[in-house]
Amino acid sequence: MSASSYAYYPGCALQGTAREYDVSTRQVCRRLDIELQELKEWACCGASSAHSLDRRLAVALPARELAIAEATGLPLVVACAMCYSRLRFAAHELEDEAKLREISSLIERECKNTTQVWHLLQVLDARDIPIARPLRGLRVACYYGCLLVRPTDITHFDDEDNPQVMDGLMHRAGAETVEWAFKTECCGAGMPFARRDIVLKLSHRILAQARGAGADCLAVACPMCHSNLDMQQLNMKSVFKDDFQIPVLYFTQLLGLALGFSPKELHINKHFVDAMPLLRGKGLA
Amino acid sequence: MARIGVFICHCGSNIAGTVDIPRVVAEAQKLPMVVHAEDNEYTCSEVGQRSLREAIQEHRLNRVVIGACSPRMHENTFRNTVASAGLNPYLLEMANLREHASWVHGDQREAATVKAIDLIRAAVAKVARAQPLFARQIGVTKRALVIGGGIAGIQCALDIANAGFEVVLVERTPSIGGRMAQLDKTFPTLDCSACILTPKMVEVGQHPRIRLLTYAEVKEVRGFVGNFEADILQKARHVDHDKCLGCGICWQKCPARAPSEFDMGVGQRTAIYIPFAQAVPGKPVIDREHCRYQQYLEWQRAGAEGKKPPECRICEKLCPVGAIDWEQRDEMITEEFGAIVVATGYKTFDHSVYGEYGGGRYPDVITSLQLERLMSASGPTLGEVTRPSDGQPPKTVVFISCVGSRDDSVGRPYCSKVCCMYLAKQSIMLKEHDPEVQSYIFYIDIRAGGKNYEEFVRRAQEEAGTVYIRGRVSKTYPEKGKLIVWGEDSLMGRPVQIAADLVVLATGIEPSEGAIELAQTLHISYDVHSFLVEAHPKLRPVETMTDGVFLAGTAMGPMDIPDSVAQGSAAAAKVCGLLSKDTLALEPMVANVNAVKCVGCLLCQQVCPFKAIDTETLRDGRIVVRINEGLCKGCGLCVSACRPGAMNLRGFSNEQLLAQVKALTR
Ligand SMILES: Cc1cc2nc3c(=O)[nH]c(=O)nc-3n(C[C@H](O)[C@H](O)[C@H](O)COP(=O)(O)OP(=O)(O)OC[C@H]3O[C@@H](n4cnc5c(N)ncnc54)[C@H](O)[C@@H]3O)c2cc1C
Repeated sequence: MSASSYAYYPGCALQGTAREYDVSTRQVCRRLDIELQELKEWACCGASSAHSLDRRLAVALPARELAIAEATGLPLVVACAMCYSRLRFAAHELEDEAKLREISSLIERECKNTTQVWHLLQVLDARDIPIARPLRGLRVACYYGCLLVRPTDITHFDDEDNPQVMDGLMHRAGAETVEWAFKTECCGAGMPFARRDIVLKLSHRILAQARGAGADCLAVACPMCHSNLDMQQLNMKSVFKDDFQIPVLYFTQLLGLALGFSPKELHINKHFVDAMPLLRGKGLA
Repeated sequence: MARIGVFICHCGSNIAGTVDIPRVVAEAQKLPMVVHAEDNEYTCSEVGQRSLREAIQEHRLNRVVIGACSPRMHENTFRNTVASAGLNPYLLEMANLREHASWVHGDQREAATVKAIDLIRAAVAKVARAQPLFARQIGVTKRALVIGGGIAGIQCALDIANAGFEVVLVERTPSIGGRMAQLDKTFPTLDCSACILTPKMVEVGQHPRIRLLTYAEVKEVRGFVGNFEADILQKARHVDHDKCLGCGICWQKCPARAPSEFDMGVGQRTAIYIPFAQAVPGKPVIDREHCRYQQYLEWQRAGAEGKKPPECRICEKLCPVGAIDWEQRDEMITEEFGAIVVATGYKTFDHSVYGEYGGGRYPDVITSLQLERLMSASGPTLGEVTRPSDGQPPKTVVFISCVGSRDDSVGRPYCSKVCCMYLAKQSIMLKEHDPEVQSYIFYIDIRAGGKNYEEFVRRAQEEAGTVYIRGRVSKTYPEKGKLIVWGEDSLMGRPVQIAADLVVLATGIEPSEGAIELAQTLHISYDVHSFLVEAHPKLRPVETMTDGVFLAGTAMGPMDIPDSVAQGSAAAAKVCGLLSKDTLALEPMVANVNAVKCVGCLLCQQVCPFKAIDTETLRDGRIVVRINEGLCKGCGLCVSACRPGAMNLRGFSNEQLLAQVKALTR
């Protein structure tokens, strides 16, 4: 994991709703001398829908990305938790020889399933991080979501109930992290259109717990979690009469701040809940 | 010259229904050295055996072949029969015409008959070359070693001692009593555990024929049935138990504290301590790790740098009889025994793999054994059940069953058997302690087989109002001073949420630390979960495959107190049976070595699973092997491993086996 060049698979969300995740990821990596080579001709990994519609497609789509990455000979890094989950899942499925042959012919690419898949958190965890502006006084609730940690024997990520990787990074960035029990509870994921009631209930519970634990903000590693927790706060206000106004940031944005980037360079001003008052209050912007 | 008689058994229609018996008899008569052949309806019957005896005398037979069932079934019967007719019992060979011919070729009469004839021919070829064998007699050391002083070991030691034999009881911790001593009340009668246990502990302590070695461990065992030799490590206590009166001033005044093992960490003890008030022996040991004076000595040894720790030695100053002995060292005791009983008991499953239950993360998530200590009147809270976090009495208690039982994903597929019962017990007891307590038990199935057990669970439900919820718990987390437990009610098909004050994990049962190492020194088997394995799960439940080594209690699998006691007594009966003999006959069908041919390569030693091969140096300096006939089981591995052909197995000599094969492949 100590390589300094990685094949980088941004995934669709990071091109759209989660641009700030992509931007801050690239900034942080550049500063830490991690070269990200974006995969050529990458396409959607099928996350959020393929696996509930077509099991073969759910493996074939990420397998295609694994094959492209394999050709570069570099380990693959992803920032999106959903993509990470799908890629790991595919790699797991492809351990079966017959499956590997079937999928290879389906995607019309040779794939030996040798690509190492890492989540950005794991890659950064193994690096030295030269902190320029410690996030002193900032109390962060690290929220990992379900996809990074579960199922453990496929994602091989961290403890599934009380993961520590992001907490460790935040500590190194000078922030405090809160001890809370909802790090990996589901936020409702891809259901905001079909069952907004469920998403609101689940996401509300997470935010309430984070606030109860004394957090100033949440750090996340998943575009879907981000949109549920950030954007839905408005709706929570009308449904639960709870106006949290608690900023939800990508962990890369917080790390970027500690590395000395300005909030703007990290697109921190692009969220629904404005993080600027908090950061100004803490003297971090 | 061999004079061989062949006896073909019909076994009712078992053999005769398929095999053409007259033809087999006729063919047998033609074989070399066969002077007589006959058939019987049932050779094992009185009539059959008489006919066998008469034929031996009438035809002056000196070798016998019996074509019947498996030798596992009746070889012993027929050995006795031929012996009573004056023949050496090892000049008998059985051909298994039932399992090997008639039963497996049921619809092929011709094939079965041909095979039966082949088997008889092979048996005749083998028995013709048999030599008379004589069982060697060895003496028996009339003393038993019992390892583990839980209820199973205690019961076993008492029964053996009361039958008149000497016993050495070795216990690893500073007191006997085991887990039962930690319990508050016992299901299904709710009698107080200590009240029924301590009289037995005292009896052990005072018994003239029991030598109790606590704070001791068995390190190595040599020898074989009737003649074992064990090295027992007596750990240094730093207290001279011959002088000590057990007055207690030392442990009352000792300033050093450590988590109490006996209280499962929910209480504390001093560095010089007895684990609990009724401990046997009631004399303390000094735990070197936590003793201040030992820490001081350690600091001195490390170069006396940094802050000087207190020298303490308060116990030494206060002891009225000068029993504190800093010079005491670990000591190895070697003793001889005729029989060994392993009763090393269990420990409970480490629940930390179940992160969702929050054990280890939240102080008010405790284990069932910790709850026993909190409920016990002699426990750290004097029987007041309180929450570890804030000392408040809990009103809503959630129990989670099967934590490390019946769960393949954590490598524990088996049922721990006692948990369903003790959960019912604990919920009843909590209600008795405080009528305001409401208990909930999440369960998979309620297993309450046993006398008055189902009724006892009913009592929990009906009298104590315990709510049983069938389903698993998915999460436990703290909120506003409570522990919120999320679970599923799989009978109602809906999620449930309970705000609890205390969560109790029914951690499963697994073998004690060090069970594998002990099993290896004793050459007994253990299963994939490290439970010790009995010789036969139904018919030899307290024996092992190593003669003279017996098992009792939870060391071989989860069981409750009644079963552990029954096993302790059963093992004692086996031991007494063995020790009551003055000599033992050793099975003569064992390996023997031709020292002239042996080159001392010791390959046989490596392949021997019973450690039955020793070496000796001859007068000319050559090293050759020697068979320990007490340990040899006659498996024959050494014979096939021996390159110069120096090994032979009595009763299965190379000459016999080759003749047998030749006869078969004729
Ligand atoms: C929470 C809980 C509640 C229970 N409640 C009940 C109940 O109400 N009724 C009931 O019938 N059963 C109950 N049980 C079960 C009961 O505890 C056991 O059935 C019983 O204690 C088993 O006794 P044992 O002698 O086999 O093992 P143990 O009690 O474990 O004794 C084994 C002894 O061997 C010692 N030892 C271990 N290894 C070595 C070694 N290598 N050398 C020397 N010594 C060694 C140990 O220190 C220990 O003293 C309960 C169990 C639990 C966990």
